[in-house]
Amino acid sequence: MSGDNKFLGLIYLSPFIIGLLVFTALPFLASLYLSFTNYNLMNEPIFTGLQNYIRLFTNDRTFRKSLWVTLVYVFTTVPLKLAFALFMAVILNYKLKFINVFRTAYYVPSILGGSIAIAVLWRYIFADVGLVNMGLALIGFEPVNWFGDPTNALFTITLLRLWQFGSAMVIFLAALQSIDKTLYEAASIDGAGKWTSFVYITLPLITPVIFFNLIMQMVQAFQEFNGPYIITQGGPLKSTYLLPIYIYDEAFKRFDMGYASAIAWVLFLIIMALTLIAFWSSRHWVYYAGDKRS
Amino acid sequence: MTDHILSQNSPAARDIDIVRSRETRRHRFNAALRYALLTVVGLLMLYPLIWLIGASFKTNSEIFSNPGFWPENPTLDGYIRGWKTSTPYSFGTFFINTLWIVIPKVIGTAISCTAVAYGFARFDFPFKKVLFSALIATLLLPNVVTRIPQYLIFRDLGWLDSYLPLWVPSALAGDAFFVFMLVQFLRAIPRDMEEAARVDGATTWQTLIFIVVPLLMPALISVCLFQFMWTMNDFLGPLIYISSVDKYPISLALKLSIDTTEAFEWNRVLAMSVLSLAPALAVFFLAQKYFIDGISSGGIKG
Repeated sequence: MSGDNKFLGLIYLSPFIIGLLVFTALPFLASLYLSFTNYNLMNEPIFTGLQNYIRLFTNDRTFRKSLWVTLVYVFTTVPLKLAFALFMAVILNYKLKFINVFRTAYYVPSILGGSIAIAVLWRYIFADVGLVNMGLALIGFEPVNWFGDPTNALFTITLLRLWQFGSAMVIFLAALQSIDKTLYEAASIDGAGKWTSFVYITLPLITPVIFFNLIMQMVQAFQEFNGPYIITQGGPLKSTYLLPIYIYDEAFKRFDMGYASAIAWVLFLIIMALTLIAFWSSRHWVYYAGDKRS
Repeated sequence: MTDHILSQNSPAARDIDIVRSRETRRHRFNAALRYALLTVVGLLMLYPLIWLIGASFKTNSEIFSNPGFWPENPTLDGYIRGWKTSTPYSFGTFFINTLWIVIPKVIGTAISCTAVAYGFARFDFPFKKVLFSALIATLLLPNVVTRIPQYLIFRDLGWLDSYLPLWVPSALAGDAFFVFMLVQFLRAIPRDMEEAARVDGATTWQTLIFIVVPLLMPALISVCLFQFMWTMNDFLGPLIYISSVDKYPISLALKLSIDTTEAFEWNRVLAMSVLSLAPALAVFFLAQKYFIDGISSGGIKG
């Protein structure tokens, strides 16, 4: 209220301000500094300039492999997950009985999927004689060597995250249900078919939610750790050795904090660059109702 | 004239009937197709979980030979031996440790995020815009970039191998997502009641506790539930900070069990996986409305 001390709001914010400074801003800058040092916890950090970065890009095959695997993982998992979530949301967005039952069933994996128990389960069901291969045998297919083959191994992790499409789907579904139905009626009077309505009415109206899901899923996928750490342990042939695992190994197994910070910063800059591209491009494809620009 | 045209025998009416019945047939076909697809996908989604429950009662040899749910020779062996674990501690210890991490963290999150969201949504103060931008930036900032220095800070504070590194950042409103969600929710609530209370002489604290918090309750419950789930599932945090086995939460205990001799006693590991998922599942089914509401409101308004 008008009579209040103008610093009163800051008092309520004080936990956030302290947390922001001590646990976000300081570590953020410190990791940038550490990335230019040689630091193994035994001695003080020694400033080495660009040496870590030069080593990363010229003399580290593990890094190149890990970066490639990470990009492949993100660029397959995120589009597949969003497309599947949207598809299922469209199917569910219909006057159906039991819609809540289905929505709940699809959401359960999202709740549990991040846990170690599910990662352990994944190890068992994709094992050579596991549930998936038993199922494939039942319908007359050859068993697949999931963990022995580099392409398949990464795909088991993609499948785990696809299995968790529920949270993205719930967000899509809420957006679909908020679309004004008269738009579809008007379109069908004008002779538009279902597919045309979907492309020209539904998709443009839910672009803000597609954008939101895209950013969130991308940032999350770049930081995938539990899946490869438990299910495949980075193998075979480092085919699932995602960057977060490499960073963890460098920092907390080899205690090479400087080098690990440099990898973390490269990963951070990649995520930032892609996020900025998404934000910049959103001008051209994200439609906000009531926005004159569009 | 109208009566004549719509009478049963007119050719136009017959056409309308044909079109209508075609429409309903198409509708029924469509609905059937949707149900079929939804059911198949639903079963595919849930079968791994159903199988897991069945498999936890199977013998070790049956786990990798029976794709069905029902155990041929049901046994509690997995549960009994799994509960004992291969460590000096029982799985119960790991459960209690997990709760000892989760509950203070949830309480700290609820209190700090409410206060901060109230500050953002109801007050004007210097640097408000900058601070709100900082909130959004932390929301998007990947944790991977701050993790190493955070570890060094906690080491210097002497907090390694304790639960403090897991509690303290959350108690300082470190989970920006929750603050953001509560701010969005608060902005949609009219201020009339708060202003009336202030006119009657209530302080901002009293207004917050007696008026805002009750109104905020649905969103606050969502925040607590999500934090509960995420912390139950958290693996990397304990992996980095907790080194003594007697302080392990269930996530680390499960990881330990697949690394040790238990690795060849699959039913032990699966039985403990079932137990570790049980609290999350129970909470979800008791309160699913809050999950769905929380996630859709957080997403849409974002």
